[in-house]
Amino acid sequence: MTVSFERRLTRDWDDPKVIGIDGYCAKGGYEALRNALNMEPSEIVETVKTAGLRGRGGAGFPTGTKWSFVPTDTGKPTYVVVNFDESEPGTCNNRELVDRDPHRLLEGTAIAALAIGCRTAFVYVRGEYLAQSLVLERAIREAYDGGYLGRGIAGTDVDLDVVLHRGAGAYICGEETALLSSLEGFRGQPRLRPPFPAVEGLYASPTVINNVETLMSVPDIILRGPEWFRQLGTEKSPGTKLFTISGKVERPGNYELPLGTPLRVLLEDVAGGVLGGRPLKAWTPGGSSTPLLTGDHIDTALDYESVAAAGSLLGTGAVMVLDDTDCVVDAAQRMTRFYAHESCGKCTPCREGTWWAERVLGRVADGYGVEDDLPVIEDLGRNIMFRAFCALADGAAAVLQSSLKHFRDEFEEHVRLGRCPFRAAHEEVAV
Amino acid sequence: MPVLEGARLDEAKEIVGRYPEGRERSAIMPLLYLVQSVDGFVSRDGLTEVAGILGLTTAEVEAVATFYTMYRLRPTGTHVVNVCTNLACTLRGAREVYDAAREAAEVRHGQEVSDDGLFTVHEEECLGVCDVAPAVQINFANHDRVSPERMRELVAALRAQEVPDPARGPAVGSFRDASRVLAGLEVEGAPA
Repeated sequence: MTVSFERRLTRDWDDPKVIGIDGYCAKGGYEALRNALNMEPSEIVETVKTAGLRGRGGAGFPTGTKWSFVPTDTGKPTYVVVNFDESEPGTCNNRELVDRDPHRLLEGTAIAALAIGCRTAFVYVRGEYLAQSLVLERAIREAYDGGYLGRGIAGTDVDLDVVLHRGAGAYICGEETALLSSLEGFRGQPRLRPPFPAVEGLYASPTVINNVETLMSVPDIILRGPEWFRQLGTEKSPGTKLFTISGKVERPGNYELPLGTPLRVLLEDVAGGVLGGRPLKAWTPGGSSTPLLTGDHIDTALDYESVAAAGSLLGTGAVMVLDDTDCVVDAAQRMTRFYAHESCGKCTPCREGTWWAERVLGRVADGYGVEDDLPVIEDLGRNIMFRAFCALADGAAAVLQSSLKHFRDEFEEHVRLGRCPFRAAHEEVAV
Repeated sequence: MPVLEGARLDEAKEIVGRYPEGRERSAIMPLLYLVQSVDGFVSRDGLTEVAGILGLTTAEVEAVATFYTMYRLRPTGTHVVNVCTNLACTLRGAREVYDAAREAAEVRHGQEVSDDGLFTVHEEECLGVCDVAPAVQINFANHDRVSPERMRELVAALRAQEVPDPARGPAVGSFRDASRVLAGLEVEGAPA
């Protein structure tokens, strides 16, 4: 099976001119914004709702519905915040989208701002994306000079400012309420919901927080309509999505595919198969926070419903591939170390549980585990899952639970042998 | 001697002005980058000065500075080498790249800065360039598909006072320069 469809988000990737505003406008850029300026805010929201666009940051919440929750009669300003804190392990599609087509993000942001009556939008970019922050800085300057940002955008009486804000290395800030704390000048710790950001977000004002890919999908929906958007993808997961595929794969990269495309197509037809033609052992559908699946799940369609039915989550669409020479215990230990490092420390189950799990997994991975370590790992998973403020903890628990669920025999083998069956003898860790 | 004075103090005011009136506290992160760009790390004096600018206590600013890994609170090498060892990079050999970086930069176990003051080497979490793993950032400029051998070459280049061309974006000459860019300011002498 091959895939043939009209590329959307990536259609101009071969043309470096679109990075500049003139090249972008030559390809029809900012036309959608002009259209949106002639629409009622409620009409914009309704169009995005009808298209069925779902948030691409991981949760898959319907974007139009999110916008519709924003009250515009509170007397407070409203804010659009672009979540460009892309940090989910294995995910880099937002980075490449901005690298190659930064104005589309600004246009989508401006349309979202019109939809909720926002006059100041913020882009929160992770600090490590220094190069992309410069791409955006330049694009923002060009958009101001071109009259698409600032006072009276596109010849109307609507004002819109965009402020670029750089993070400083904290995965948790991709969580929307932690991002708001960070943007307000506090430690990036999540807040209890409700109140949801739509009602009380940035500076306690109504706020929409959207992922980069989500906002970049908006201009085409305005320009071509919801029916066009629904021509690709599935009924419940319409449109296309950028998948990042990495790890043991011949051609790692970011690839746009209609939602609902099976992993087999992404892995074998698009990305050239597992590195060296080896068997597929395990993979994450959407970054390390989504439960691992196995080679048996290769025909899983990559849409929100099908991946959930297979026992995982579509997440950010970041597929990390492990082959039959990779140790799952090692991988689980490395992923858990990430959560232990990135846990913000607010909630005890996450702060203590990830710390503990990292150590127990490390012991098993290095061949010093005992039989009782497996129930300990299971117990930690149970006590972290759904017991913290935010989804970081659930992601950590997903690693523990899914690796044991699918690869229990591999954990047991480590304990039985007293060493990692995948590591050569000379690599053994000394006591 | 104050950290932020003269032109730096003017820049601090410009940074504060980016945020809505009454929301000046939002400027804390870029201000910390500004401080870091002067001393090469966020010093005690720097924390106090940022607090003074924003009408906060030093403790409030320190609480923020200690939360984020991109602020360095202790003296740091001229160049910061970050090697991603998260899963996607480890699957492509990142552990060997990290070892090579430590060895070439002569940063011993437990050391934060090499004896010559040139290097700080970090084992990093996902840097968002999984498509070109293993990923390395030198002063937050990206180098793609780095082998241990290439890692040694990059360190050797920095020792010879060359700034290796990154895979994308501009070359960044030092950790201080990177901090200036991260504060949203231009680096003097660098092409716009």
